[in-house]
Amino acid sequence: MGATAIVVLRLRSLFAVVMLSGIYSFLAASMFVALDAVDVAFTEAAVGAGISTVLMLATLALTGSRERIPVHTPPLPLLVVLVTGAALIYATFDMPAFGDPAAPANLHVAPRYLGDSGHEIGIPNVVTSVLASYRGYDTLGEVTVIFTAGVAVMLLLGGRRGQDAGRKRGDDDAGDAV
Amino acid sequence: MLREILAHYNYWIVIVLMMTGFYIVVSRGNLVKKLVGLNIFQTSVFLLYISMGKVAGGSAPILDPDIKVYANPLPHVLILTAIVVGVATTALGLALVVRIREAYGTIEEDELDLMDDEA
Repeated sequence: MGATAIVVLRLRSLFAVVMLSGIYSFLAASMFVALDAVDVAFTEAAVGAGISTVLMLATLALTGSRERIPVHTPPLPLLVVLVTGAALIYATFDMPAFGDPAAPANLHVAPRYLGDSGHEIGIPNVVTSVLASYRGYDTLGEVTVIFTAGVAVMLLLGGRRGQDAGRKRGDDDAGDAV
Repeated sequence: MLREILAHYNYWIVIVLMMTGFYIVVSRGNLVKKLVGLNIFQTSVFLLYISMGKVAGGSAPILDPDIKVYANPLPHVLILTAIVVGVATTALGLALVVRIREAYGTIEEDELDLMDDEA
């Protein structure tokens, strides 16, 4: 994953960059499987690797696929990134160890959902019962966000006519279908 | 001591990915590339949450009488929502890029700055 991310940084061909970002999403999805998050993995594979890549390719078709070579690379971004990264790594020493069953995140309400959702909701997949039942309002809010984004995309691209109209429709539909 | 330090390796992977994405966003002038960088950053945050929900020796949170230890389902739910919202914001960002390209004829940041200064 790291290698893919660094190649994305170096490459100038935006088509290759978009394809690599799809590969990166798939690698992330396989990592989620390894971390026991199967629902997240197939959402990432479908949405992150699928729909995002399609949307980006559609944008490239409208905007051109070469990145211009920069005249100079200022050192400031690298400095900012290195300092931020060092500060974050310093902060990780206060975090619980990887896979620790006694980590605070695993002690609060998670045992209750794991223990009771089976007979309260009746669905073996705990992620589904939390998403659709216990935290149903979150999911409703999510749908609102997607609707707003879909409306905004339509408003941004809606005034255009001519040969681009067909492409624009495809863009909107993909945004709404999520 | 060394064991305790090395037990945080999941966070370091996340931070390396996060900083790569951050660097792409800050240092590259092309708007599509910035969005790809933002996606890399975003996925690293997903990985941070999911790795915090991992329990050693656990299984995916799908109830089964034979399994005693499960991964924490709450980060999974959060990140499911975040992935879908993330693609909605990406779509919005890309729509803005298309509009900028129509209005200015370029998606390189420094050329856009130049045009704004002239105007």
